[in-house]
Amino acid sequence: MTASPHELMLRIVGLRKTYELGGDNRVHALCGVNLNVERGCYLAIMGPSGSGKSTMLNLLGCLDRPTAGQYFLGDEDVSRMDDDELSEVRGQRIGFIFQSYNLIAQLTVLENIQVPLFYQGRNLKESHDRCVELASLVGLADRLDHRPNQLSGGQQQRVAVARSLVNDPLMILADEPTGNLDSKTGAEVLDLIDRLNRGGKTIVLVTHDDRVASRAHRIIHMKDGLIDREVVNRQIEQPGPAAVLQNS
Amino acid sequence: MLTVQFLSTVRLGVKSLMLHKLRSMLTMLGIIFGVCSVIAMLAIGEGASYEAQEAIKRLGSNNILINSIKPPEDTKQSGAGRGMMLDYGLTYKDGSRIQTTIPGVKRVLPMRIIRENVRFNRSEVPCQVIGTLPFYTEVVGLEVVRGRFLSHVDEVHANNVCVLTVGLAQRLFPYEDPLQHSVKVDAFYYRVIGLVRETGTAEQRPQKAKTEGEPIDNNLYIPLATSRTRFGEVLMRRSAGSFEVERVELHRITVQMEDVSAVETADPQIKTVLSRFHDKNDFEVIVPLQLLRQAERTKQIFNIVLGSIAAISLLVGGIGIMNIMLATVTERTREIGVRRALGAKKRDITTQFLVETVVLSVGGGLIGVVVGILTPFVVSHLTEMKTIITVWSVFLAFGISGAVGIIFGLYPANAAASLDPIEALRHE
Repeated sequence: MTASPHELMLRIVGLRKTYELGGDNRVHALCGVNLNVERGCYLAIMGPSGSGKSTMLNLLGCLDRPTAGQYFLGDEDVSRMDDDELSEVRGQRIGFIFQSYNLIAQLTVLENIQVPLFYQGRNLKESHDRCVELASLVGLADRLDHRPNQLSGGQQQRVAVARSLVNDPLMILADEPTGNLDSKTGAEVLDLIDRLNRGGKTIVLVTHDDRVASRAHRIIHMKDGLIDREVVNRQIEQPGPAAVLQNS
Repeated sequence: MLTVQFLSTVRLGVKSLMLHKLRSMLTMLGIIFGVCSVIAMLAIGEGASYEAQEAIKRLGSNNILINSIKPPEDTKQSGAGRGMMLDYGLTYKDGSRIQTTIPGVKRVLPMRIIRENVRFNRSEVPCQVIGTLPFYTEVVGLEVVRGRFLSHVDEVHANNVCVLTVGLAQRLFPYEDPLQHSVKVDAFYYRVIGLVRETGTAEQRPQKAKTEGEPIDNNLYIPLATSRTRFGEVLMRRSAGSFEVERVELHRITVQMEDVSAVETADPQIKTVLSRFHDKNDFEVIVPLQLLRQAERTKQIFNIVLGSIAAISLLVGGIGIMNIMLATVTERTREIGVRRALGAKKRDITTQFLVETVVLSVGGGLIGVVVGILTPFVVSHLTEMKTIITVWSVFLAFGISGAVGIIFGLYPANAAASLDPIEALRHE
């Protein structure tokens, strides 16, 4: 994969989402959003509730289809894909980090990291080494056989970060990753995400915490289903093409 | 590749079930009982019909039995005119007619069966005095335990000799050797020359026979000629203050055919031959082979009834599984959402939950098979009832349990797969 700093990772054109609530009652959650995100960018999406932030997240994560508009993830338009194709896109191109970690209770740390690979029909034995490597990347190499309920919140979220990396995604989508963590462990997780970004990963993070958002290169504020304003954070250095996370 | 993924899905299913051991175990119980009852009930049914068939086979599948019966219209008459002599039943001539006219007849065995008390010293035992011919042993299964059976010489000379069944001998001679002693029936003495046992007679037979009023192990055999001379053709029976006089030559004729295939053609022929000489309906023809067929049919019905009862319990077990799986799907909605977000297709979710249900039902099925195989042994041990476990019943029960898992798993699995991933992720 050749990476140039201005290659577009994500391109959104006139994205609309309308929810039919029955009768003539409609909610326009997104009213024609345009957005470009370059490779290696760290983007934060902010906004009050009802601003269309969650809808945006669902569409970006390919969990839902837009009513109108186009969404290019990489070089493919994913806005018209069917359910199975969207599942594949999610499994191969997107890494999810959730507010409440969302690890699977009956699986060990290692198995949780493997889940995305399982659904791509990959041989789990072959991917074992990579999963161990990712676990050590997030500092949990000694907890491979622990269950989620034996880990602290911060540790669980670090497992989730490792899981989001396992399929080598184009973009990592983080939904309030520190929402359930105290500020110290939250900062640790955010440091980890920063490191991934410096390694070349494209990050899209949804939050309403200004301090969390301040780590991003670009911060977009949403309001009434549109991008209200965008702030570019000059203090943070944009990653160069040389700094790409080494993936085996 | 696909099998590797399938195996890990199975492993995952087991793991998820192990998370709630008690709940999984209770759910499995339904299937365990279902499978167990299918196997056990069919084993008991099979055992019961086997016993019935054995009892019929003991009569001999080559044989045709013809019994004298009191004609129904005469029973009414005897009520009106007491003391009238009844003249009915098979005759000596019937025997020779069958022997000469019906093709494929090997032997014709005449029998006179008289209820009398037999005495030795002070003990008196009711028994059946059977007058018959020496080849009785070859027609009816009979094993000579000691001494000998009736011989041709006994028949020619109408000797006063008798052969006892073991049971009768034990009752008459609790402390002595019955051989060479004489027992008294009516007014005459008969020397005991042998002891016999009805072959295939099970231990519980006398007890069962007692309730039927037909003591099978209570026979005393004498030569036919002796029976004719000592008892005469006219039999008197006293009962409840009145007495009946009957004239019966033979009580039973057993026709032994050369071959099993000849039995069914001979049956209507015998009826035709006999009915020409018997105006009154005073005989019945019993064909053990037909009884056997009938028993076979009864067994089928029995199996269907027992099988359906057991199948219903499997059905109930299946509904229990479906119920618990639906609850599980609701409980694990979040997990389903996560899996969908991480790339699981609807199909993957369906497979996961279906596999889980099948693991539950097949696991229950396996335990049920083990318990079901053990149960008939316990039943046999406690009730002395014969049970036979057939291989097909085990496979049937196991197969049904698997099918129950798939049928009742499909709905919860589809419900799980059709959840909206966004909703599922938001589920608390």
